Amino acid sequence: MSVNKPLPHDAAKLHVSGSARYIDDLPVPDDCLHLCFGTSTIARGSIQEMDLTTVRNSDGVIDILQASDLVHANDVSPSIHDEPLLSDGTIHYLGQPIFLVIAKSHIQARKAASRVKISYQQDSPILSIEDALAANSRFEEGPRIWNRGDLKRGFEQATKIAEGSIEIGGQEHFYLEGQAALALPQEDDEMVVHSSTQHPTEVQHKVAEALGVQFHNVRVEVRRMGGGFGGKESQGNALAMACAIAAHRTNKPCKMRYDRDDDMLITGKRHDFRITYRAGVDQHNKIIALDVVHYARCGWAQDLSLPVADRAMLHADNAYFLPNVRIESHRLKTNTQSATAFRGFGGPQGVLGMERIMDHLAHDLNTDSIAFRDVNYYRPAVAAEHDTTHYHMPVQDFNLQDMTTKLLADCDFENRKQAIERWNADNHIMKRGIAFSPVKFGISFTLSHLNQAGALVHVYSDGSIRINHGGTEMGQGLFQKTAQVAAEEFGVSINAIKITATDTAKVPNTSATAASSGSDLNGMAIKIACENVKTRMAELLAAQYNKSPDDVAFIKNEVHIGRRVLSFGDAAKACYEQRVSLSATGFYKTPDLEWDRIRGVGKPFYYFAYGAAVSEVVIDTLTGEYRILRADILHDAGNSLNPAIDIGQVEGGYVQGAGWLTTEELVWDDHGRLRTHTPSTYKIPAMSDRPREFNVNLWDRGNLKPTIYCSKAVGEPPFMLGISAWLAISDAISNCGPAYPNLDAPATPERVLKAVERVQNGL
Amino acid sequence: MKLSFLLNGEPQVIEDVEPTTSVLDWLRVNKRLTGTKEGCNEGDCGACTVIVIDENGARAVNACIVFLPQIANKALRTIEGISTLDAPHPAQQCMIDHHGSQCGFCTPGFITSMVAAQINNDTNHDVTLAGNLCRCTGYAPIFRAAQACEGTKSPKWFYDDQSDLRTLAQSVDAKLPTTTDELANILAEEPETTLIAGATDVGLWINKDLRDIAPMAFIHNITEMEHITEHSDHWKFGANVTIEQMRVWSVDAQASLTPLLTRYASTQVRNSATLGGNIANGSPIGDSPPALIAMGAKLVLLKKDTTRTIDLQDFFIAYGHQDLQSGEFVQSILIPKNQNNLRCYKISKRFDQDISAVCGAFNLHIKDGMVQGARIAFGGMAGIPKRAKHVEACLTGQKWDMNTIKASHDQWSQDFKPLTDMRASADYRLSVARNLLTRYFYDLSDNPTEIQEVSA
Repeated sequence: MSVNKPLPHDAAKLHVSGSARYIDDLPVPDDCLHLCFGTSTIARGSIQEMDLTTVRNSDGVIDILQASDLVHANDVSPSIHDEPLLSDGTIHYLGQPIFLVIAKSHIQARKAASRVKISYQQDSPILSIEDALAANSRFEEGPRIWNRGDLKRGFEQATKIAEGSIEIGGQEHFYLEGQAALALPQEDDEMVVHSSTQHPTEVQHKVAEALGVQFHNVRVEVRRMGGGFGGKESQGNALAMACAIAAHRTNKPCKMRYDRDDDMLITGKRHDFRITYRAGVDQHNKIIALDVVHYARCGWAQDLSLPVADRAMLHADNAYFLPNVRIESHRLKTNTQSATAFRGFGGPQGVLGMERIMDHLAHDLNTDSIAFRDVNYYRPAVAAEHDTTHYHMPVQDFNLQDMTTKLLADCDFENRKQAIERWNADNHIMKRGIAFSPVKFGISFTLSHLNQAGALVHVYSDGSIRINHGGTEMGQGLFQKTAQVAAEEFGVSINAIKITATDTAKVPNTSATAASSGSDLNGMAIKIACENVKTRMAELLAAQYNKSPDDVAFIKNEVHIGRRVLSFGDAAKACYEQRVSLSATGFYKTPDLEWDRIRGVGKPFYYFAYGAAVSEVVIDTLTGEYRILRADILHDAGNSLNPAIDIGQVEGGYVQGAGWLTTEELVWDDHGRLRTHTPSTYKIPAMSDRPREFNVNLWDRGNLKPTIYCSKAVGEPPFMLGISAWLAISDAISNCGPAYPNLDAPATPERVLKAVERVQNGL
Repeated sequence: MKLSFLLNGEPQVIEDVEPTTSVLDWLRVNKRLTGTKEGCNEGDCGACTVIVIDENGARAVNACIVFLPQIANKALRTIEGISTLDAPHPAQQCMIDHHGSQCGFCTPGFITSMVAAQINNDTNHDVTLAGNLCRCTGYAPIFRAAQACEGTKSPKWFYDDQSDLRTLAQSVDAKLPTTTDELANILAEEPETTLIAGATDVGLWINKDLRDIAPMAFIHNITEMEHITEHSDHWKFGANVTIEQMRVWSVDAQASLTPLLTRYASTQVRNSATLGGNIANGSPIGDSPPALIAMGAKLVLLKKDTTRTIDLQDFFIAYGHQDLQSGEFVQSILIPKNQNNLRCYKISKRFDQDISAVCGAFNLHIKDGMVQGARIAFGGMAGIPKRAKHVEACLTGQKWDMNTIKASHDQWSQDFKPLTDMRASADYRLSVARNLLTRYFYDLSDNPTEIQEVSA
């Protein structure tokens, strides 16, 4: 009765009235202090001298902390402890926090921090992929290399070979709510931290380490984030730790939020990649050999770069069977912000690389690009030898053949393509393009032990229900989905369910809300917790009325015990009076995972989610400007828990993905200074950038795997549907001449014009 | 400074406040009204959108770059003041019904923009909402919500605020001049005074550069500078005319300016930014100067006891250096009428609400197929908004055709040596500037190449 309904976001009423609270909106005591980092103005070197006098004398300043003032751990890293909260004297990137100002107001802290005088010993920064390769500056001892098949023989059999390279820019998360944290000191060395984080447990751990206390002394609460997108998986650690340290030191509440420019200068972004490739096809247009090299610019600290680069390798096939393949991945260490998680987590770069290869091959073969894709799709039903990925995992649920057919028919692809060809013949300045792209995305954390979740469900004696789980709400609608699961389980209306802030004191040892796993893991944990309570209720009620627990049913706000009917509230009251526990935890772990990331062999994913998109664009060959005219999407959310929320994820993911590949350009100068650190210079899509015609449908088939109500994860996969917009731009450019456009990303008007000129000049 | 204004219908009188306190900070910190959000603190995201009401109507502005003195004598409505929980505004209900919020952080700003647009009966949502960024939804559901609540009547509080303003005590302060004479006196006494009109630029000096801009004067109350008046051969624009006022004027009076002005920042910024400010700040990338220079606009500069009128193109001397004497200020702009061949092209990474990489304005006088005269001006191509004199000379006296355009190819690099920066490379700027002459040719031939006009 509740699951599958297109209910609005649980906080929609609060959002539209401005009463939904984010960290900076929480009422705080008047003595709350405010923090700001002083940051480096060079990209690499060491601090020679730092004069903090004017900072200290600045209005409202209470204290200043440097690395030497930190009593316990000086490390914000989520991985290998290589990321000091405050610089130890060495500077690794421009924007690195060096000292922490504690002041009476946010603006006073910012003003004070800006008044520092620092002299540096400057070293030449390692900024580009070339710099890093030349200096052998990298994470891990060398590149990761995965092989399958016989590449040499593959190339020997190839009748056509394409070679090329693509630059893929990074991406700023631009969550509308910047990073923020608030720490409230408690008695007996306890600390309560409100953090805008996707990973409260990690914040708990990092804060405990910073304070030198056990985990149980720290309680982290997250009601909601104003957007996360991966940017709050590890990047909030610094603020939460700074607040906790300052709160401990001053015994006052301490709050920190980054000004937008600081946020963009300090925090990590999506990894930019260069992907080079050599690909061969046989006489049937089947890819017979593929040699790919990924170069990922990881920034200065390891953070989550290894699993990000792994996931790029895991998605280097996208949806295509690769019998003979070699993938080499370099994780390069540069003096730039430490690149971090961002929706797709490396997957988009891997998928884009493969779609570029498909586009390039189809162009050189002068063949229909969709038929070419179709012939190379996985074909589990047809041939067993055509159904395993390059990491030897069988693809059993592949449905892109059917989805492609349906999407192309629904959007009238063939007729439109012909109409576009006619239009292009009549127009010499403007050119249209249309393109299709599919996505296959692996669902599960590739670090297998993270695939677990806990939940806590209370039924009160009036029949109202309060639920809690380890997942965090960042706008994706997780809370509403899990509330729908609880309502479904208890057979009550959604109003009976109250979902509460994520809290490390309620559900411990949680994983980050990441990898699209939120509803799969937490939905299942909630379901199990509900079942535990229901089982106890059913046993009691069955005993009371001389029935079997199997005769007890929870439907329509009632509990049916054979022919007896109680309201859910009365049933809860009866259970309470008979001393039945109406509170339970639930725990879920994803089955059937095994993964060896060094060899690149195993089953890292529980299942795959699929999607397909067609985009149509027009470009101006005088300026390189373009518009997305129309997008049609068919996306596989399994048996959708909430189609409205899932369609919202698809629409938003597409536009964010298209933004990554079009207007969103990160520019660093030769000194390693990020020049695009404001929304005036870094351009995420605006209202009029959405496709003018935008048709999104869900592929209505349940997951073959027993996930929560056979739904599928939907957070990340649709992001990659934006690739179709980039391919459509490339298609439009290719109408200007016979050469392949070799378009890089993001396809800014400047890059489009350059590609147009190349194609026009036959280069 | 003693300021009075209405906040969500309640009269406010505030004293002893820093004049550079932003409305956003005051709302969030002093009034603990936290529905208005800080997203960027520079007027580029719209999360802090509030509604300002006065006798001219209602308009959405970015509270982060509006300072308290700027709302003196006006009524301010925040998200908390547009409805009650029991009776949501239709925009709010439509946003719920159409799933227009995900993380919710941008939502109050969208709602206030929508309500302001409704009061103004403006249903061009792509324009009215261009200044509100959303990172979650991809905008589609927000657009649907905006469509669904079209035709909503203006809320009662809008009329109440307008009538209550008539009885509100007026804010008076020496730094809030109401006449050009007062301003001239201020500048005569303290010539280094920072003038704040719309604060869409100065706001960033304060919020981002953390600059101390004292002494300062807020000039938005000088009503004699806020009008557009028609004269026999020109229009006179007071320096305080907002870009939005100018945009509305252009629809009937000089339609070729409308597309450019519609892409000038966002609705919120256009509602604050003034034409005088866009010129006086001397920016090489302001969007109005190239068009005005191509039209042959003049500038009236005032100083205590003296007035002088100069060609706008001569105002810009070098980067950061304008022909503005000590104690002088921009009083008005004179724009010649009926510039039928004017066309303006703005090139930026993002179509809406972006700063120009290149902004070109073309105004050729063509008779019998011959170029009789040419005024071509560009922003983003030099340290100042600048005319393409070599190109103009190359075209003038020639037949207006593609051969003449081709012949001008090498002149562009004589006129401009643009920079490479985060917006575009020097090469791109030069190529595009050149190509825009071709676009202009097609445009005048009634064969425009406008991707905005293409649909699927």
